[in-house]
Amino acid sequence: MWTNQSENIIETIRMIQEENLDIRTITMGISLLDCADSDIDRSCEKIYNKITTKAKDLVAVAKEIEGEYGIPIINQRITVTPISMLVSVSGGNPVKYAKTLDAAAKAVGASFIGGYSALCQKGMTPGDKALIESIPEALATTDIVCSSVNIGSTKAGINMDAVRMMGEVVVKTAELTKDNQCFGAAKLVVFCNAVEDNPFMAGGFHGVSEPDVVINTGVSGPGVVKEAVRSAGPHATMDEIAEIIKKTAFKVTRMGQLVGTEAARRLNVPFGIVDLSLAPTPAIGDSVARILEEIGIETCGGPGTTAALAMLNDAVKKGGVMASSSVGGLSGAFIPVSEDEGMIAAAESGVLTLEKLEAMTAVCSVGLDMIIIPGGTTAETISAIIADEAAIGMINTKTTACRLIPAIGRAAGEKLVFGGLLGEGPVMPVGKGSAEVMIHRGGRIPSPMNALKN
Amino acid sequence: MKAVITVVGKDRPGILAFVSGKCAAASINIVDVTQKVLQDLFTMIMIVEIPEDLRIPDVAASFGEDGKKEGLQIQVMQEDIFNAMHTI
Repeated sequence: MWTNQSENIIETIRMIQEENLDIRTITMGISLLDCADSDIDRSCEKIYNKITTKAKDLVAVAKEIEGEYGIPIINQRITVTPISMLVSVSGGNPVKYAKTLDAAAKAVGASFIGGYSALCQKGMTPGDKALIESIPEALATTDIVCSSVNIGSTKAGINMDAVRMMGEVVVKTAELTKDNQCFGAAKLVVFCNAVEDNPFMAGGFHGVSEPDVVINTGVSGPGVVKEAVRSAGPHATMDEIAEIIKKTAFKVTRMGQLVGTEAARRLNVPFGIVDLSLAPTPAIGDSVARILEEIGIETCGGPGTTAALAMLNDAVKKGGVMASSSVGGLSGAFIPVSEDEGMIAAAESGVLTLEKLEAMTAVCSVGLDMIIIPGGTTAETISAIIADEAAIGMINTKTTACRLIPAIGRAAGEKLVFGGLLGEGPVMPVGKGSAEVMIHRGGRIPSPMNALKN
Repeated sequence: MKAVITVVGKDRPGILAFVSGKCAAASINIVDVTQKVLQDLFTMIMIVEIPEDLRIPDVAASFGEDGKKEGLQIQVMQEDIFNAMHTI
Protein backbone atom coordinates (compact mmCIF):
# COMPACT_ATOMS: atom_id res chain seq x y z
CA MET A 1 0.00 0.00 0.00
CA TRP A 2 1.31 3.41 -0.95
CA THR A 3 -0.12 5.71 1.70
CA ASN A 4 -0.24 9.44 2.29
CA GLN A 5 2.54 8.95 4.80
CA SER A 6 4.69 7.38 2.10
CA GLU A 7 4.08 10.38 -0.16
CA ASN A 8 5.11 12.71 2.67
CA ILE A 9 8.30 10.79 3.32
CA ILE A 10 9.26 10.82 -0.35
CA GLU A 11 8.47 14.54 -0.53
CA THR A 12 10.73 15.34 2.42
CA ILE A 13 13.60 13.30 1.01
CA ARG A 14 13.21 14.92 -2.40
CA MET A 15 13.30 18.38 -0.80
CA ILE A 16 16.56 17.56 0.98
CA GLN A 17 18.33 15.70 -1.81
CA GLU A 18 17.21 17.50 -4.93
CA GLU A 19 15.97 20.90 -3.85
CA ASN A 20 18.70 21.90 -1.39
CA LEU A 21 16.48 22.06 1.67
CA ASP A 22 18.66 22.58 4.72
CA ILE A 23 19.00 24.25 8.06
CA ARG A 24 21.13 27.24 7.13
CA THR A 25 22.29 27.94 10.64
CA ILE A 26 22.01 27.06 14.29
CA THR A 27 23.09 30.20 16.06
CA MET A 28 23.84 30.45 19.76
CA GLY A 29 23.25 33.90 21.21
CA ILE A 30 25.44 34.63 24.23
CA SER A 31 25.11 37.67 26.46
CA LEU A 32 28.46 39.24 27.37
CA LEU A 33 27.04 41.80 29.80
CA ASP A 34 28.46 39.84 32.75
CA CYS A 35 31.92 39.97 31.14
CA ALA A 36 32.18 43.77 31.21
CA ASP A 37 35.19 44.92 33.20
CA SER A 38 36.93 48.27 33.51
CA ASP A 39 40.16 46.48 32.52
CA ILE A 40 39.96 45.54 28.82
CA ASP A 41 42.31 42.55 29.12
CA ARG A 42 40.29 41.14 32.00
CA SER A 43 37.12 41.75 29.97
CA CYS A 44 38.55 39.85 26.97
CA GLU A 45 39.59 36.96 29.19
CA LYS A 46 36.06 36.66 30.62
CA ILE A 47 34.59 36.78 27.10
CA TYR A 48 36.88 34.04 25.83
CA ASN A 49 36.03 31.84 28.80
CA LYS A 50 32.28 32.40 28.54
CA ILE A 51 32.08 31.69 24.79
CA THR A 52 34.29 28.62 24.92
CA THR A 53 32.26 27.25 27.86
CA LYS A 54 28.74 27.96 26.62
CA ALA A 55 29.35 27.03 22.97
CA LYS A 56 31.75 24.14 23.46
CA ASP A 57 29.21 21.51 22.33
CA LEU A 58 27.46 23.62 19.67
CA VAL A 59 29.15 22.05 16.66
CA ALA A 60 29.05 18.49 18.05
CA VAL A 61 25.32 18.73 18.78
CA ALA A 62 24.60 20.11 15.30
CA LYS A 63 26.52 17.22 13.71
CA GLU A 64 24.64 14.74 15.92
CA ILE A 65 21.24 16.12 14.87
CA GLU A 66 22.31 16.22 11.24
CA GLY A 67 23.19 12.52 11.42
CA GLU A 68 19.99 11.46 13.16
CA TYR A 69 17.49 13.45 11.14
CA GLY A 70 19.33 13.32 7.84
CA ILE A 71 18.92 17.06 7.37
CA PRO A 72 22.03 19.08 6.49
CA ILE A 73 22.92 21.81 9.01
CA ILE A 74 25.25 24.12 7.12
CA ASN A 75 26.52 26.57 9.73
CA GLN A 76 26.99 26.82 13.46
CA ARG A 77 27.33 30.42 14.50
CA ILE A 78 27.53 32.60 17.57
CA THR A 79 26.08 36.04 18.25
CA VAL A 80 27.09 38.21 21.20
CA THR A 81 26.02 41.41 22.95
CA PRO A 82 26.99 44.51 20.91
CA ILE A 83 30.65 44.97 21.78
CA SER A 84 30.34 48.79 21.91
CA MET A 85 28.70 48.34 25.33
CA LEU A 86 31.76 46.57 26.66
CA VAL A 87 33.99 49.21 25.07
CA SER A 88 32.00 51.85 26.95
CA VAL A 89 32.92 50.15 30.24
CA SER A 90 36.54 49.22 29.54
CA GLY A 91 37.82 51.85 27.11
CA GLY A 92 41.02 50.77 25.32
CA ASN A 93 41.46 49.54 21.76
CA PRO A 94 38.24 47.75 20.65
CA VAL A 95 40.20 45.60 18.16
CA LYS A 96 41.29 43.52 21.18
CA TYR A 97 37.68 42.42 21.51
CA ALA A 98 37.48 41.48 17.82
CA LYS A 99 40.57 39.29 18.14
CA THR A 100 39.15 37.66 21.28
CA LEU A 101 35.85 36.88 19.52
CA ASP A 102 37.74 35.46 16.52
CA ALA A 103 39.87 33.20 18.71
CA ALA A 104 36.95 32.02 20.88
CA ALA A 105 34.71 31.23 17.90
CA LYS A 106 37.51 29.33 16.17
CA ALA A 107 38.22 27.39 19.36
CA VAL A 108 34.67 25.98 19.36
CA GLY A 109 34.58 25.46 15.58
CA ALA A 110 31.92 28.09 14.76
CA SER A 111 31.85 29.38 11.19
CA PHE A 112 31.06 33.03 12.05
CA ILE A 113 30.62 35.19 15.14
CA GLY A 114 28.50 38.34 15.00
CA GLY A 115 28.15 41.20 17.43
CA TYR A 116 31.09 43.51 16.77
CA SER A 117 28.29 46.02 16.76
CA ALA A 118 27.00 49.38 17.90
CA LEU A 119 23.41 50.58 18.21
CA CYS A 120 23.43 54.31 17.65
CA GLN A 121 20.15 55.13 15.90
CA LYS A 122 19.63 58.18 18.10
CA GLY A 123 23.04 59.09 19.39
CA MET A 124 26.52 57.79 19.98
CA THR A 125 28.29 56.97 23.24
CA PRO A 126 32.11 57.21 23.32
CA GLY A 127 32.07 53.38 23.20
CA ASP A 128 29.94 53.37 20.03
CA LYS A 129 32.23 55.92 18.37
CA ALA A 130 35.41 54.04 19.27
CA LEU A 131 33.95 50.78 18.02
CA ILE A 132 32.77 52.23 14.71
CA GLU A 133 36.18 53.81 14.09
CA SER A 134 37.88 50.46 14.78
CA ILE A 135 35.71 48.40 12.38
CA PRO A 136 38.07 48.52 9.34
CA GLU A 137 41.05 47.28 11.33
CA ALA A 138 38.95 44.75 13.27
CA LEU A 139 37.56 43.17 10.09
CA ALA A 140 40.94 43.22 8.32
CA THR A 141 42.78 41.51 11.19
CA THR A 142 40.21 38.81 11.99
CA ASP A 143 38.71 36.05 9.86
CA ILE A 144 35.23 35.18 11.10
CA VAL A 145 34.10 38.22 13.08
CA CYS A 146 31.07 40.04 11.65
CA SER A 147 30.15 43.62 12.37
CA SER A 148 26.91 45.57 12.22
CA VAL A 149 25.86 49.09 13.10
CA ASN A 150 22.28 50.25 13.56
CA ILE A 151 22.01 53.84 12.37
CA GLY A 152 18.26 54.34 12.27
CA SER A 153 14.87 53.16 13.47
CA THR A 154 11.22 54.05 13.08
CA LYS A 155 11.16 55.15 16.73
CA ALA A 156 14.34 57.22 16.70
CA GLY A 157 14.76 58.45 13.13
CA ILE A 158 18.10 58.32 11.31
CA ASN A 159 21.38 59.33 12.92
CA MET A 160 23.01 61.16 10.00
CA ASP A 161 26.34 61.57 11.85
CA ALA A 162 26.54 57.80 12.07
CA VAL A 163 25.47 57.51 8.41
CA ARG A 164 28.36 59.77 7.39
CA MET A 165 30.84 57.77 9.46
CA MET A 166 29.62 54.46 8.05
CA GLY A 167 30.24 55.56 4.44
CA GLU A 168 33.87 56.15 5.37
CA VAL A 169 34.07 52.91 7.35
CA VAL A 170 32.77 50.85 4.41
CA VAL A 171 35.39 52.36 2.06
CA LYS A 172 38.23 51.94 4.55
CA THR A 173 37.23 48.34 5.33
CA ALA A 174 37.31 47.48 1.63
CA GLU A 175 40.66 49.25 1.20
CA LEU A 176 42.30 47.40 4.08
CA THR A 177 41.20 44.06 2.58
CA LYS A 178 41.76 44.94 -1.09
CA ASP A 179 44.29 42.13 -1.53
CA ASN A 180 41.60 39.70 -0.40
CA GLN A 181 38.71 40.67 -2.75
CA CYS A 182 37.74 43.54 -0.39
CA PHE A 183 36.29 40.77 1.76
CA GLY A 184 36.15 42.88 4.95
CA ALA A 185 33.16 44.85 3.63
CA ALA A 186 31.23 41.59 3.11
CA LYS A 187 31.31 41.11 6.89
CA LEU A 188 29.80 44.54 7.66
CA VAL A 189 26.10 45.46 7.68
CA VAL A 190 24.56 48.89 8.28
CA PHE A 191 21.02 48.56 9.61
CA CYS A 192 17.83 50.50 10.14
CA ASN A 193 15.45 48.75 12.58
CA ALA A 194 17.96 45.97 13.33
CA VAL A 195 16.44 42.92 15.04
CA GLU A 196 17.88 41.46 18.23
CA ASP A 197 17.42 37.76 17.47
CA ASN A 198 18.75 37.46 13.91
CA PRO A 199 20.58 34.15 13.47
CA PHE A 200 21.96 35.10 10.03
CA MET A 201 25.29 36.75 9.26
CA ALA A 202 26.79 39.24 8.85
CA GLY A 203 24.08 41.19 10.69
CA GLY A 204 23.46 38.94 13.67
CA PHE A 205 24.02 40.15 17.23
CA HIS A 206 22.60 39.16 20.61
CA GLY A 207 20.26 41.94 21.75
CA VAL A 208 20.25 43.26 25.30
CA SER A 209 16.66 42.12 25.90
CA GLU A 210 17.60 38.50 25.12
CA PRO A 211 18.29 35.81 27.75
CA ASP A 212 21.81 34.90 28.90
CA VAL A 213 22.14 32.13 26.29
CA VAL A 214 19.67 31.17 23.56
CA ILE A 215 19.47 29.00 20.44
CA ASN A 216 17.99 30.47 17.25
CA THR A 217 17.72 28.69 13.93
CA GLY A 218 17.60 29.92 10.37
CA VAL A 219 16.08 27.68 7.71
CA SER A 220 16.49 27.92 3.99
CA GLY A 221 14.68 26.56 1.00
CA PRO A 222 14.50 28.69 -2.17
CA GLY A 223 14.89 25.50 -4.24
CA VAL A 224 11.89 23.89 -2.56
CA VAL A 225 9.69 26.93 -3.17
CA LYS A 226 10.80 27.22 -6.80
CA GLU A 227 10.00 23.57 -7.45
CA ALA A 228 6.56 23.93 -5.82
CA VAL A 229 5.80 26.97 -8.00
CA ARG A 230 7.04 25.16 -11.10
CA SER A 231 4.82 22.16 -10.48
CA ALA A 232 1.78 24.46 -10.33
CA GLY A 233 2.33 25.25 -14.02
CA PRO A 234 1.99 28.53 -15.90
CA HIS A 235 -1.79 28.78 -15.61
CA ALA A 236 -2.16 28.90 -11.83
CA THR A 237 -3.45 32.29 -10.62
CA MET A 238 -1.34 34.47 -8.34
CA ASP A 239 -3.47 33.63 -5.30
CA GLU A 240 -3.01 29.93 -6.05
CA ILE A 241 0.76 30.48 -6.26
CA ALA A 242 0.67 32.36 -2.94
CA GLU A 243 -1.16 29.41 -1.36
CA ILE A 244 1.46 26.96 -2.65
CA ILE A 245 4.31 29.08 -1.30
CA LYS A 246 2.54 29.34 2.07
CA LYS A 247 2.19 25.58 2.37
CA THR A 248 5.82 25.04 1.42
CA ALA A 249 7.02 27.65 3.92
CA PHE A 250 4.96 25.87 6.57
CA LYS A 251 6.79 22.59 6.02
CA VAL A 252 10.21 24.19 5.93
CA THR A 253 9.54 26.13 9.13
CA ARG A 254 8.29 23.02 10.95
CA MET A 255 11.62 21.41 10.25
CA GLY A 256 13.49 24.47 11.56
CA GLN A 257 11.38 24.44 14.71
CA LEU A 258 12.06 20.73 15.28
CA VAL A 259 15.81 21.06 14.81
CA GLY A 260 16.00 24.26 16.88
CA THR A 261 14.08 22.91 19.87
CA GLU A 262 16.04 19.66 19.71
CA ALA A 263 19.38 21.53 19.62
CA ALA A 264 18.28 23.75 22.51
CA ARG A 265 17.21 20.72 24.55
CA ARG A 266 20.52 18.93 24.00
CA LEU A 267 22.56 22.04 24.79
CA ASN A 268 20.36 22.75 27.80
CA VAL A 269 19.59 26.37 26.86
CA PRO A 270 16.25 27.99 25.97
CA PHE A 271 15.02 27.94 22.39
CA GLY A 272 14.56 31.40 20.91
CA ILE A 273 13.17 31.70 17.39
CA VAL A 274 13.03 30.21 13.93
CA ASP A 275 13.97 32.70 11.25
CA LEU A 276 12.14 31.45 8.20
CA SER A 277 14.06 33.48 5.69
CA LEU A 278 14.50 32.15 2.19
CA ALA A 279 18.28 32.40 2.15
CA PRO A 280 19.82 31.67 -1.24
CA THR A 281 23.28 30.30 -2.01
CA PRO A 282 25.31 30.52 -5.22
CA ALA A 283 24.46 26.85 -5.92
CA ILE A 284 22.21 26.11 -8.89
CA GLY A 285 18.68 25.46 -7.63
CA ASP A 286 19.04 27.54 -4.47
CA SER A 287 18.09 30.96 -5.79
CA VAL A 288 15.39 33.48 -4.81
CA ALA A 289 15.73 35.21 -8.21
CA ARG A 290 14.79 31.96 -9.95
CA ILE A 291 11.57 31.77 -7.86
CA LEU A 292 10.58 35.21 -9.14
CA GLU A 293 11.39 34.06 -12.68
CA GLU A 294 9.34 30.90 -12.14
CA ILE A 295 6.41 33.10 -11.08
CA GLY A 296 6.66 34.71 -14.48
CA ILE A 297 9.27 37.46 -14.63
CA GLU A 298 11.55 36.83 -17.61
CA THR A 299 14.65 38.13 -15.84
CA CYS A 300 14.80 39.13 -12.17
CA GLY A 301 14.93 42.93 -11.98
CA GLY A 302 12.58 43.48 -14.92
CA PRO A 303 9.13 45.10 -14.58
CA GLY A 304 6.91 43.07 -12.24
CA THR A 305 9.77 41.94 -10.00
CA THR A 306 8.69 44.07 -7.03
CA ALA A 307 5.12 42.75 -7.14
CA ALA A 308 6.25 39.13 -7.37
CA LEU A 309 8.72 39.64 -4.51
CA ALA A 310 6.07 41.31 -2.32
CA MET A 311 3.78 38.31 -2.76
CA LEU A 312 6.62 35.84 -2.12
CA ASN A 313 7.81 37.63 1.02
CA ASP A 314 4.31 37.81 2.47
CA ALA A 315 3.39 34.21 1.64
CA VAL A 316 6.60 32.95 3.25
CA LYS A 317 5.73 34.82 6.46
CA LYS A 318 2.14 33.55 6.53
CA GLY A 319 3.17 29.92 6.12
CA GLY A 320 5.87 30.29 8.74
CA VAL A 321 3.66 31.94 11.33
CA MET A 322 1.22 29.03 11.13
CA ALA A 323 4.07 26.56 11.62
CA SER A 324 5.77 28.00 14.65
CA SER A 325 4.80 30.15 17.61
CA SER A 326 8.35 31.48 17.80
CA VAL A 327 8.95 33.12 14.46
CA GLY A 328 11.49 35.92 14.67
CA GLY A 329 14.66 37.31 13.17
CA LEU A 330 14.22 38.74 9.70
CA SER A 331 11.83 36.11 8.28
CA GLY A 332 11.07 36.68 4.61
CA ALA A 333 12.99 36.56 1.35
CA PHE A 334 16.63 37.67 1.25
CA ILE A 335 17.83 39.23 -1.99
CA PRO A 336 21.63 39.24 -1.78
CA VAL A 337 23.22 39.62 -5.20
CA SER A 338 26.54 37.76 -4.97
CA GLU A 339 25.03 34.91 -2.92
CA ASP A 340 22.30 34.07 -5.41
CA GLU A 341 23.04 32.42 -8.75
CA GLY A 342 19.95 33.93 -10.42
CA MET A 343 20.67 37.44 -9.08
CA ILE A 344 24.27 37.23 -10.32
CA ALA A 345 23.04 36.29 -13.81
CA ALA A 346 20.41 39.05 -13.77
CA ALA A 347 22.99 41.65 -12.65
CA GLU A 348 25.47 40.50 -15.30
CA SER A 349 22.80 40.81 -17.98
CA GLY A 350 22.19 44.42 -16.88
CA VAL A 351 18.47 43.88 -16.16
CA LEU A 352 18.94 43.96 -12.38
CA THR A 353 20.21 47.37 -11.32
CA LEU A 354 20.98 49.02 -8.00
CA GLU A 355 17.93 51.25 -8.36
CA LYS A 356 15.60 48.28 -8.94
CA LEU A 357 17.15 46.50 -6.00
CA GLU A 358 16.39 49.53 -3.85
CA ALA A 359 12.72 49.30 -4.84
CA MET A 360 12.73 45.58 -4.10
CA THR A 361 14.05 46.23 -0.58
CA ALA A 362 10.80 48.04 0.25
CA VAL A 363 9.04 44.66 0.08
CA CYS A 364 11.76 42.06 0.85
CA SER A 365 12.87 41.03 4.31
CA VAL A 366 16.07 43.08 4.53
CA GLY A 367 17.88 45.35 2.12
CA LEU A 368 20.72 46.06 -0.32
CA ASP A 369 22.75 42.95 0.34
CA MET A 370 26.10 41.78 -1.04
CA ILE A 371 26.17 44.38 -3.78
CA ILE A 372 29.54 45.09 -5.33
CA ILE A 373 30.01 48.73 -6.34
CA PRO A 374 32.83 50.47 -8.24
CA GLY A 375 36.02 51.08 -6.24
CA GLY A 376 36.00 54.79 -6.96
CA THR A 377 32.60 55.38 -5.29
CA THR A 378 33.02 58.15 -2.71
CA ALA A 379 32.29 57.67 0.99
CA GLU A 380 29.59 60.35 0.70
CA THR A 381 27.81 58.45 -2.07
CA ILE A 382 27.89 55.26 0.00
CA SER A 383 26.52 57.22 2.98
CA ALA A 384 23.75 58.55 0.74
CA ILE A 385 22.80 55.03 -0.40
CA ILE A 386 22.76 53.98 3.27
CA ALA A 387 20.51 56.94 4.10
CA ASP A 388 18.10 56.10 1.25
CA GLU A 389 17.88 52.52 2.40
CA ALA A 390 17.41 53.51 6.05
CA ALA A 391 14.63 55.90 5.03
CA ILE A 392 12.71 53.04 3.40
CA GLY A 393 13.02 51.04 6.61
CA MET A 394 12.16 53.93 8.89
CA ILE A 395 8.98 54.91 7.05
CA ASN A 396 7.78 51.35 6.39
CA THR A 397 8.54 50.10 9.92
CA LYS A 398 10.68 47.29 8.58
CA THR A 399 14.29 46.21 8.78
CA THR A 400 16.48 47.49 5.98
CA ALA A 401 20.22 47.18 5.62
CA CYS A 402 23.19 47.84 3.38
CA ARG A 403 26.03 45.42 2.77
CA LEU A 404 27.91 47.18 -0.01
CA ILE A 405 31.34 46.08 -1.14
CA PRO A 406 33.42 48.72 -2.91
CA ALA A 407 35.68 46.81 -5.32
CA ILE A 408 38.88 48.79 -4.81
CA GLY A 409 40.75 49.28 -8.09
CA ARG A 410 37.89 47.85 -10.16
CA ALA A 411 35.20 49.50 -12.29
CA ALA A 412 31.69 48.51 -13.39
CA GLY A 413 31.75 45.33 -15.48
CA GLU A 414 34.64 43.69 -13.61
CA LYS A 415 33.96 41.24 -10.77
CA LEU A 416 34.86 40.10 -7.26
CA VAL A 417 34.98 36.45 -6.21
CA PHE A 418 34.51 35.65 -2.50
CA GLY A 419 33.89 31.91 -2.78
CA GLY A 420 31.76 29.69 -0.57
CA LEU A 421 28.31 30.87 0.50
CA LEU A 422 29.26 34.51 -0.19
CA GLY A 423 29.64 33.77 -3.90
CA GLU A 424 30.79 36.23 -6.53
CA GLY A 425 29.34 39.06 -8.52
CA PRO A 426 29.80 41.81 -11.08
CA VAL A 427 30.66 45.37 -10.08
CA MET A 428 27.35 47.23 -10.48
CA PRO A 429 27.19 50.87 -11.53
CA VAL A 430 26.03 53.46 -8.99
CA GLY A 431 23.69 56.35 -9.86
CA LYS A 432 25.31 59.67 -10.78
CA GLY A 433 25.16 62.94 -8.86
CA SER A 434 26.58 63.96 -5.50
CA ALA A 435 24.89 64.07 -2.08
CA GLU A 436 27.96 65.54 -0.42
CA VAL A 437 26.21 68.61 0.97
CA MET A 438 23.41 66.63 2.62
CA ILE A 439 25.74 64.02 4.07
CA HIS A 440 28.00 66.69 5.62
CA ARG A 441 25.05 68.40 7.28
CA GLY A 442 25.02 65.61 9.89
CA GLY A 443 22.47 65.71 12.69
CA ARG A 444 19.41 63.53 12.69
CA ILE A 445 16.40 62.87 10.49
CA PRO A 446 13.57 63.09 13.06
CA SER A 447 11.44 60.04 13.68
CA PRO A 448 8.41 59.93 11.38
CA MET A 449 4.75 60.39 12.28
CA ASN A 450 4.16 56.66 12.25
CA ALA A 451 6.51 56.34 15.25
CA LEU A 452 3.92 58.12 17.40
CA LYS A 453 1.66 55.19 18.09
CA ASN A 454 1.08 55.48 21.83
CA MET B 1 13.50 4.72 18.69
CA LYS B 2 11.47 4.81 15.49
CA ALA B 3 13.23 5.53 12.21
CA VAL B 4 12.40 5.57 8.52
CA ILE B 5 14.53 3.68 6.01
CA THR B 6 14.06 4.67 2.38
CA VAL B 7 15.55 2.71 -0.47
CA VAL B 8 15.73 3.78 -4.09
CA GLY B 9 17.42 1.86 -6.90
CA LYS B 10 17.03 0.04 -10.21
CA ASP B 11 14.54 -2.81 -9.71
CA ARG B 12 15.90 -6.37 -9.51
CA PRO B 13 15.23 -9.47 -7.41
CA GLY B 14 16.59 -9.47 -3.86
CA ILE B 15 16.46 -5.81 -2.80
CA LEU B 16 13.89 -6.36 -0.07
CA ALA B 17 15.79 -9.45 1.10
CA PHE B 18 19.04 -7.50 1.18
CA VAL B 19 17.63 -4.63 3.28
CA SER B 20 15.59 -6.80 5.62
CA GLY B 21 18.62 -9.08 6.02
CA LYS B 22 20.69 -6.12 7.17
CA CYS B 23 17.91 -5.12 9.59
CA ALA B 24 17.77 -8.62 11.06
CA ALA B 25 21.54 -8.73 11.49
CA ALA B 26 21.43 -5.47 13.45
CA SER B 27 18.36 -6.51 15.53
CA ILE B 28 16.32 -3.74 13.89
CA ASN B 29 12.62 -4.60 14.03
CA ILE B 30 10.59 -3.82 10.91
CA VAL B 31 7.22 -2.26 11.78
CA ASP B 32 5.86 -1.41 8.35
CA VAL B 33 6.94 -1.72 4.72
CA THR B 34 5.54 -0.04 1.63
CA GLN B 35 7.08 -0.38 -1.79
CA LYS B 36 6.38 0.52 -5.36
CA VAL B 37 8.08 0.06 -8.72
CA LEU B 38 7.80 3.12 -10.97
CA GLN B 39 8.86 2.18 -14.51
CA ASP B 40 11.97 0.24 -13.47
CA LEU B 41 12.76 2.28 -10.36
CA PHE B 42 12.31 0.45 -7.07
CA THR B 43 11.19 2.63 -4.14
CA MET B 44 10.66 1.30 -0.65
CA ILE B 45 9.85 2.88 2.70
CA MET B 46 10.32 0.95 5.93
CA ILE B 47 9.27 2.09 9.37
CA VAL B 48 11.58 0.39 11.86
CA GLU B 49 12.30 0.23 15.56
CA ILE B 50 15.99 0.75 16.26
CA PRO B 51 17.35 -0.82 19.50
CA GLU B 52 18.48 1.58 22.23
CA ASP B 53 22.15 0.61 21.94
CA LEU B 54 22.40 1.69 18.29
CA ARG B 55 22.87 5.26 17.08
CA ILE B 56 20.97 6.38 13.97
CA PRO B 57 24.01 8.10 12.37
CA ASP B 58 25.98 4.81 12.62
CA VAL B 59 23.10 2.80 11.19
CA ALA B 60 22.67 5.38 8.41
CA ALA B 61 26.38 5.20 7.53
CA SER B 62 26.43 1.39 7.47
CA PHE B 63 23.23 1.05 5.39
CA GLY B 64 24.31 3.88 3.11
CA GLU B 65 27.71 2.36 2.31
CA ASP B 66 26.51 -1.21 1.86
CA GLY B 67 23.58 0.03 -0.23
CA LYS B 68 25.93 1.91 -2.51
CA LYS B 69 27.82 -1.32 -3.28
CA GLU B 70 24.50 -2.83 -4.36
CA GLY B 71 23.60 0.20 -6.46
CA LEU B 72 20.97 1.39 -3.97
CA GLN B 73 20.45 4.73 -2.35
CA ILE B 74 19.52 4.07 1.30
CA GLN B 75 18.62 6.75 3.86
CA VAL B 76 17.96 6.22 7.54
CA MET B 77 16.32 9.14 9.35
CA GLN B 78 14.52 9.67 12.65
CA GLU B 79 10.76 9.51 12.21
CA ASP B 80 10.07 12.82 14.04
CA ILE B 81 11.13 14.94 11.09
CA PHE B 82 8.34 13.59 8.87
CA ASN B 83 5.73 14.01 11.57
CA ALA B 84 6.85 17.57 12.24
CA MET B 85 6.81 18.62 8.62
CA HIS B 86 3.52 17.14 7.51
CA THR B 87 1.19 17.34 10.50
CA ILE B 88 -0.05 20.25 12.57
